[in-house]
Amino acid sequence: MKISRRGFLTLSGAVGSGLALSSLGINLKSLRAYADELDKMNKVKSARQVTTICCYCSVGCGLVCSVDNATGKIFNIEGDADHPINEGSLCAKGAGLFDLTEANKYRLKKVLYRAPMSDKWEEKNWEWALNRIARLVKDTRDSGFVTRNSKGELVNRCETIGHLGSSNVDNEECWLMSLKARALGLVYIDHQARV
Amino acid sequence: MTNHYIDLKNSDVILIMGSNAAEHHPIAFKWILRAKEQNGARLIHVDPRYTRTSARCDYHVPLRSGTDIAFLGGMIHYILTNHKYFRDYVVNYTNASFIVSKDFSFNDGLFSGYDPAKRKYNKDTWVFEKDDKGVPKRDMTLNDPQCVFQLLKKHFSRYTLDKVSSITGVSKENLTKVYAEYSATGVPDKAGTECYALGWTHHTTGSQIIRTMSIIQLLLGNMGIAGGGVNALRGEPNVQGSTDHAILYNILPGYLKMPPASLDTLEKYLEKNTPKSNDPQSANYYQNYPKFTVSFLKSMFGDKAVKENDFGYSWLPKVDDGVAYSLMHLFDKMYEGKVKGLFVVGTDPAVSSPNTAKVRKALEKLDWMVGENIFDNETYSFWKGPGVDPKKVKTEVFLLPASATMEKEGSQSNSGRWVQWKYKAAESPEDAIPVGEITIKIMAAVKALYAKEGGACPAPILNLKWDYTDAKGRYDALKVSKQINGYFLKDTVVDDKGVKTLYKKGQTVPTFGMLQADGSTSSGNWIMAGSFDAKGLNKMTLRGKDDPTGLGLYPNWSYAWPLNRRIIYNRASCDINGKPYNPKRRLLEWTGDKWVGDVPDGPWPPMADKAKGKYPFIMKPDGLGALFGPGMVEGPFPEHYEPLEGPLTKNPLSGQLINPAIEIFKSDMDKVANADAKFPYVCTTYSCTEHWCSGALTRWQAWLLEMQPELYVEIGEKLAQEKGIQNGSRVKVQSVRGQVECVAMVTKRFQPFTVEGKTVHQVGLPFNYGWLFPKDGGDSTNFLTPTVGDANTFCPEYKAFMVNVVKL
Repeated sequence: MKISRRGFLTLSGAVGSGLALSSLGINLKSLRAYADELDKMNKVKSARQVTTICCYCSVGCGLVCSVDNATGKIFNIEGDADHPINEGSLCAKGAGLFDLTEANKYRLKKVLYRAPMSDKWEEKNWEWALNRIARLVKDTRDSGFVTRNSKGELVNRCETIGHLGSSNVDNEECWLMSLKARALGLVYIDHQARV
Repeated sequence: MTNHYIDLKNSDVILIMGSNAAEHHPIAFKWILRAKEQNGARLIHVDPRYTRTSARCDYHVPLRSGTDIAFLGGMIHYILTNHKYFRDYVVNYTNASFIVSKDFSFNDGLFSGYDPAKRKYNKDTWVFEKDDKGVPKRDMTLNDPQCVFQLLKKHFSRYTLDKVSSITGVSKENLTKVYAEYSATGVPDKAGTECYALGWTHHTTGSQIIRTMSIIQLLLGNMGIAGGGVNALRGEPNVQGSTDHAILYNILPGYLKMPPASLDTLEKYLEKNTPKSNDPQSANYYQNYPKFTVSFLKSMFGDKAVKENDFGYSWLPKVDDGVAYSLMHLFDKMYEGKVKGLFVVGTDPAVSSPNTAKVRKALEKLDWMVGENIFDNETYSFWKGPGVDPKKVKTEVFLLPASATMEKEGSQSNSGRWVQWKYKAAESPEDAIPVGEITIKIMAAVKALYAKEGGACPAPILNLKWDYTDAKGRYDALKVSKQINGYFLKDTVVDDKGVKTLYKKGQTVPTFGMLQADGSTSSGNWIMAGSFDAKGLNKMTLRGKDDPTGLGLYPNWSYAWPLNRRIIYNRASCDINGKPYNPKRRLLEWTGDKWVGDVPDGPWPPMADKAKGKYPFIMKPDGLGALFGPGMVEGPFPEHYEPLEGPLTKNPLSGQLINPAIEIFKSDMDKVANADAKFPYVCTTYSCTEHWCSGALTRWQAWLLEMQPELYVEIGEKLAQEKGIQNGSRVKVQSVRGQVECVAMVTKRFQPFTVEGKTVHQVGLPFNYGWLFPKDGGDSTNFLTPTVGDANTFCPEYKAFMVNVVKL
């Protein structure tokens, strides 16, 4: 039986999880599970493979997302065996990265809005939300803007709006947020690097 | 990290202190274990609690939370009195020989210049004596009683084994064992490294703990070498990048200083922040500060930034001198009702901020909040949280659906400064879009309103360069990334040692060495200039696996700032003639006309060349490692102070109980109970492998939640017996600020300490839970923690405070 390294990893993963679950006394219908995993292995072979980096701690482990060519959906994520840091291995969180895709039923998929005094979220569209947010930002900034401080020094700042986050987004997004905050004149700017 | 993750394998002794690497950085720990397998490295774990890290180390040494400086100060005392330091390195590469002003003093826990009313120091006496050329005076014999080396020796002479043992609760045998084993790396062919994490930063003395270790590493010659360094195992995927890009109140991208109000012109700002050195052997690399600043302003305001308007300097907000605007300050002002709007992007401060009760009360005072995330969390849903009546909360809340990491393209920086490119694997579900796109759209909408209506100080908004979308109007990460790297803004001929190269307008700048202060270059963040070459090749995408040094530098895998240097201060790995101190691990070597190995810290010859050579620590104005560090707010030498809340009424080392330079928050919800019989146990907080930070991402994942379903408190067996608490029973943990209910885990992992002759128990809880989900998982541990932070950084003191545990 000829087996690629990646195929071997997937197969050993299937065997490993089978053992773990059966130890809990669950009827796995093991033959079927095995067949499912083989099927997945075949899918991995023909899938589009896209590399990414883990989104938890800062070790920077590499992962490979397998994307179904027909649906464009990710169906498997595993450690990148070519990555020099993790060499294919992952911790429990990284190994579960698939559960952050849209397969997770709790993912936010719509713009949500909670009106003053309301006890529920309501769905909105982007255009409405962006217009309303821009209005609130501008009104708050304009009414609270500090041109000079108590010493009379020119400060051009807005102390009534804060900005928190995030070290969990990409560099390019961080840089854009950093500039957005400064252009608005914000000074209360902070994120997880401090906490 | 000064080094990087794979480099941990090159170490001979690894001190893990302030970290539970095996559980929180499991893949980093693989490289720690490899050092053991390959080099027979000794692994030492110093931590209040026995963890899986302890289990895999050679031994574990428990110490009381908040006493790390005492522990490490004792090590400095040991190194100096037993002559374990690497003398050649100390003399040549540190400021040990510098003569300190006679006006400098230290007395009963306070350095000269303290103002108790302001809780701040005037640092005028924390300076070096200079010769008639303005160069610091030195005594290369290190005998002058006023030289840094002698002052350091005197300062830490008080950190005797007896004293340190009594403060930390560590036995003298254990102290000596660690000191002897670690200081054995103070020889040319051994490397010792230190791995820390939040266990060090989460203290009112956090920065000084790290500085104490830096002093040890300089004394032992462990900085700038393979297998050495002081290595922060950081806990967020892009916390290096988010810090580099300054989503922080105190800096601008690239660690440029946030302008204070007193510096009202660009000229004054540059004058203040551009360090000077009269020593011809000091590279003083920050003399290029004006080039980095102007190039940043050009990237921010584009063509609108011109010399005549100070490149838009006046449009940047200015902070008041000496005032901090951290997360804790933000919530303090919000609690006072002075903050009206809040952006909360990819974070959950209603769980993760200290003094949760105050934070949640503060949120109710907002007019509006804009949240951006992939899941809901306790912050966005604060208006329906425990004890909150939605009908009384006026806040408008927007929760905008964001793309998950694998649904967008962009780069991410690990703590070894490797900036790695990620590709988009799939479309985002339904209406979700990347945070970058949300940011662009919100700002574009605000710009449009200002263009139409005018308003307060519209210039920075209208002049902000903001063209980062593709032809379809979608967020274009590559465009942003190139803007961060920077461009030539006009045709430029660069003369490099007689070789002239023409760079055309619009080409990406291949190195920050080519940035200019005249507006002819842009760079959104100078440390990233060089992540693209001049032809536009994105080096962050590189996947080359060659390893020419055999040290695991992988120079062609991704891009490491600065300039692809894998180990910073690497010139210090060689002697003054440029020959490697450790021939077994040749990180860098001077071959007579060039350096070979890692990308050197500058091209200059080694410092034995008095005409052209430079000192190794090129980012320091004096070019040398700082044993005496006047940049810190609470003193140029570290000193042990007790946590804000601790078990002692008196600091065993001085009359100063707590860090004299910390800011004290004074709202009615900021209560403190030091050495209070009602709260007799030291408490600390931590995470677990299966959850990440506040758990705001991981609690929504069934596999992970099943492994770690709910909040617990770890209690030592003796304390549990005293309190009649059984393993698995429900308990309440209380501090003077709040309480949480959870399961008791009675364990051998916490053992009582003997501190100042008395028994002190310590307990600990994870900080991964919140009320929103799962419903029965327990709420935030930060109901217990105080609003107080490190004096330099305002990292909250999550790791040492006082509680009681009550059986339910």
